[in-house]
Amino acid sequence: MREPCVSAKSNRLQKITTMEKNEQPIRKTFQNSILAWIDERLPIISIMQREYINYPTPRNVNYFWSFGAIATVMLLVMITTGLVLAMQYTSHTAMAFSSVQRIMRDVNYGWLLRTIHMNGASMFFLAVYIHIYRGMYYGSYKKPRELIWILGVMILLLMMATAFTGYVLPWGQMSYWAATVITNLFSAVPLIGEHIVSFLWGGFSVDNPTLNRFFVLHFLLPFVILGVVLLHVAALHVTGSNNPDGVDVKSKRDTLPFHPYITSKDSLAMLVFAIIYAAIVFYAPNFLNHPDNAIPANPLSTPEHIVPEWYFLPFYAVLRAIPNKLLGVLGLFGGVAILFFLPFLDRSKVRSCRYRPIYRWFLWAFVIDVVFLGWLGGRPAEEPYILWARLGTLYYFGFFLLLVPLVSLFERPSPLPASISEPVLKTADRPRVS
Amino acid sequence: MVEFIKKIFWVENVTLKITSAVFIVTCVTIFLTLSSTSSSASEESPVVKKQTWVFNGILGYFNKPALRRGYEVYTQVCTSCHGMKFLHYRDLKDLGYSREQIVALAALNEIDDGPNDEGEYYKRPALPSDSFVSPFPNDEAARFANNGALPPDLSLIVARKAAEGGADFIYALMTEYNEIPEGVILQDGLYYNRAFKGQAIAMSPPLSKDIVAFSDGTEATIEQMALDVAQFLAWASDPSLEQRKHIGFRVIIFLIVLLIVAILYKRRVWAQVH
Repeated sequence: MREPCVSAKSNRLQKITTMEKNEQPIRKTFQNSILAWIDERLPIISIMQREYINYPTPRNVNYFWSFGAIATVMLLVMITTGLVLAMQYTSHTAMAFSSVQRIMRDVNYGWLLRTIHMNGASMFFLAVYIHIYRGMYYGSYKKPRELIWILGVMILLLMMATAFTGYVLPWGQMSYWAATVITNLFSAVPLIGEHIVSFLWGGFSVDNPTLNRFFVLHFLLPFVILGVVLLHVAALHVTGSNNPDGVDVKSKRDTLPFHPYITSKDSLAMLVFAIIYAAIVFYAPNFLNHPDNAIPANPLSTPEHIVPEWYFLPFYAVLRAIPNKLLGVLGLFGGVAILFFLPFLDRSKVRSCRYRPIYRWFLWAFVIDVVFLGWLGGRPAEEPYILWARLGTLYYFGFFLLLVPLVSLFERPSPLPASISEPVLKTADRPRVS
Repeated sequence: MVEFIKKIFWVENVTLKITSAVFIVTCVTIFLTLSSTSSSASEESPVVKKQTWVFNGILGYFNKPALRRGYEVYTQVCTSCHGMKFLHYRDLKDLGYSREQIVALAALNEIDDGPNDEGEYYKRPALPSDSFVSPFPNDEAARFANNGALPPDLSLIVARKAAEGGADFIYALMTEYNEIPEGVILQDGLYYNRAFKGQAIAMSPPLSKDIVAFSDGTEATIEQMALDVAQFLAWASDPSLEQRKHIGFRVIIFLIVLLIVAILYKRRVWAQVH
């Protein structure tokens, strides 16, 4: 009887040897006969064991590594609550607003489902933004993890489309005017702009066909996200996780099995996150919501300030900072799309900012810049905010297009540790100096 | 060159790091305060004072007698212009009314229904399952009767006025009607109210002493009526508040207990490798 835990490599070797011997290529992996029966035919149990129990994780990962797991849980929370809400929602301009009121007032625990879903979008973006910044700070986008990063940016884009279509569904004033402003952006496309806009609307203004298709897309896109997340995770499990030192795993001493080490750490992080989430859901459910969305959509009355949700504000500030409409729209989408190219703009071989004395300061300045732009995005479009937004936009793109490539060429990194375990086990292993 | 930049930006010293962090935070704070004062100085800002509400706080609840008095203010005063179409008479059970009382309260209102077996439209007394009867059949009729101004539906008024102060705003609006100060000229049909943006509101002062006869014998001062109707409207905007806060309290306690267990577990697991 073989040991129940089998590593990926020996599994493959075993398969090859059995094939060579011309025996039945069935592997017996579990003592429990039901598990073994399933796993011999479809090795999902041994795959799960390999990828979520034995999966070797660098022993020095910190709590920033928990945000991937948190984001995954948030996606599942959003899909589950969204599914139930969709059963009660009506995607018609005359009924959408009152169907949401019905969910809030009459459906059993409808208020709970909706506040979890509504604030869940914000918490999901929060987790994902931290996750992205973690990737930037510790150089998780660098070789060999470029594809993981690119898939991640695709997830971000899909999330933005999902969040935007979802925001339109309650059909309040902000929903309606956000839909109008954002779809109108496409009219900036030369020659065919107007056609694109009426194609998106399904008519000549934001109306019932628009709401209906947004509902369909809002229902569909999360499952597309789920698919890309699976690819993102699959690609991660090929290369293995990065770590705060950004040096490759060199020996078994550098890693710990995913369970119980990382699972215990992730559960702790998830609970802290859940407490913040619960505090918002139960005590400030409308804190992140615009009060104007409690007014049913009215095409004849434009709100004083049309403001998107907080997670779009930095990009909204970029849009408004650029005086030309087409360039503004390009700036808005370019602000996200530029992330795709980050792995190729950064030429530095050193991953972690711990060993990049100059770049790390520019990266922190970048965070401050994004937060600053986010604040400006919520201000009215007037001086001095426009000037500040222009400076912020300049740094945003200057960071990616100038600072990242140049700093990576001229910076002299600090000495890297020989291995992950070296600094961690320094005190314990010092006597055995060779 | 690189060495030079390194000298400026790269600080190993912890004290320096903390100092620079404090410096950045101070800069941001100064910047935020400056920008907020510059934007609000232009116009006279509305007067909305904070009140103490029993529904604030982590175990907030609604005061049922106050809600019932608020409903009386609504039915005797507000309802002559304002509807509340997202509420149903059955929702009045939250105010502590019995089933029989709700049936009786609903029946005080007349509602259009039909067609009946003969194809006729008719009027009938409202049932608990009906939504609150609106004073006007449509927005056009409401505007026509009110000098072109549309009295907003009050179902969500506290939610939509959240930025102005929510229930505090309703109380202030009811109590801040004043004589027009010298030098201020208002259009015909507008009233001076210090709580309203621009100080000019199309709603005439709705409350006057003893305009409502409270069934519990409470003296109907303007302040009393304003407090009660504000609490009633806060309930109408957010009827799940009590349940939400009570469940939330237990959920968070549960999560904290679970977190303590998770911390202990994590420490025990990692003790072997540290």
